[in-house]
Amino acid sequence: MGRFRRSRVARTRRGTYELHLAGPERELLADLVDQLRELLSLTTDDPTVRRLFPTAYHDDPERDREYQQLVRDELLERRLAALTTVEETTTLAELTEEQLSGWLTALNDLRLVLGTRLDVSEDAGGELDEDDPNAPALAVYGYLGSLLSEVVDALTDGLPPPTEPEM
Amino acid sequence: MAGPSTAPAEVDQPVDDTSAAPDQPWIVLVWNDPINLMSYVAFVLQKLFGYPKEKADRLMLQVHTEGRAVVANGPRETCELHVFRLHEHGLWATMQHDA
Repeated sequence: MGRFRRSRVARTRRGTYELHLAGPERELLADLVDQLRELLSLTTDDPTVRRLFPTAYHDDPERDREYQQLVRDELLERRLAALTTVEETTTLAELTEEQLSGWLTALNDLRLVLGTRLDVSEDAGGELDEDDPNAPALAVYGYLGSLLSEVVDALTDGLPPPTEPEM
Repeated sequence: MAGPSTAPAEVDQPVDDTSAAPDQPWIVLVWNDPINLMSYVAFVLQKLFGYPKEKADRLMLQVHTEGRAVVANGPRETCELHVFRLHEHGLWATMQHDA
């Protein structure tokens, strides 16, 4: 993780995004996406995935139930669509903005689920203790964070001009 | 973005927030969480609301340091759509009457 390594994600002049990922990284991501798909096929209520379906009205359980009934399926559908995008483009060297947005969603969802499972604190991602049984999972969590951060930077470069004036 | 003590079921009742316009009955709040990257939160606020980077960064830092920030306000239907889109992006958003 050299500080001076170039970003793995770069916006091109054509408005597409180059993805510089090694084979093992792509294999890891495909495997993680596969695991998340399986997890989501089992439940959306398990504490591990609960973070992907947050409460909207925390002071009004009745309204929140209505909200959950209204949006749960659609939220799930969009998350699965993002996983499909990654599955279909795992080996590509260049992505459209729409495809990279799918990667963004999938990477963030993976971090949310893994971070919840590991009960991470904000400063997670520092030195790993190799005696920690969670060390491999924490390493994956750290990897996802660094890749996500590069995807965010690249997509931020491609954002349209702001529409909302400064307050 | 935050310390480990925050969890969805344990959020404090928000205190009065004066940053929302008084004629808007609902506010949308984004809450601090230990997982979402700061740059990711700022990106989502720019993408969803068309905010300039400076405003998105300011709101993100407010979430980070104060535990939550009002990111939008308006009628209930509009706010519910905002909350849905924030949830779609994995942000921890709620809405409530601007009491």
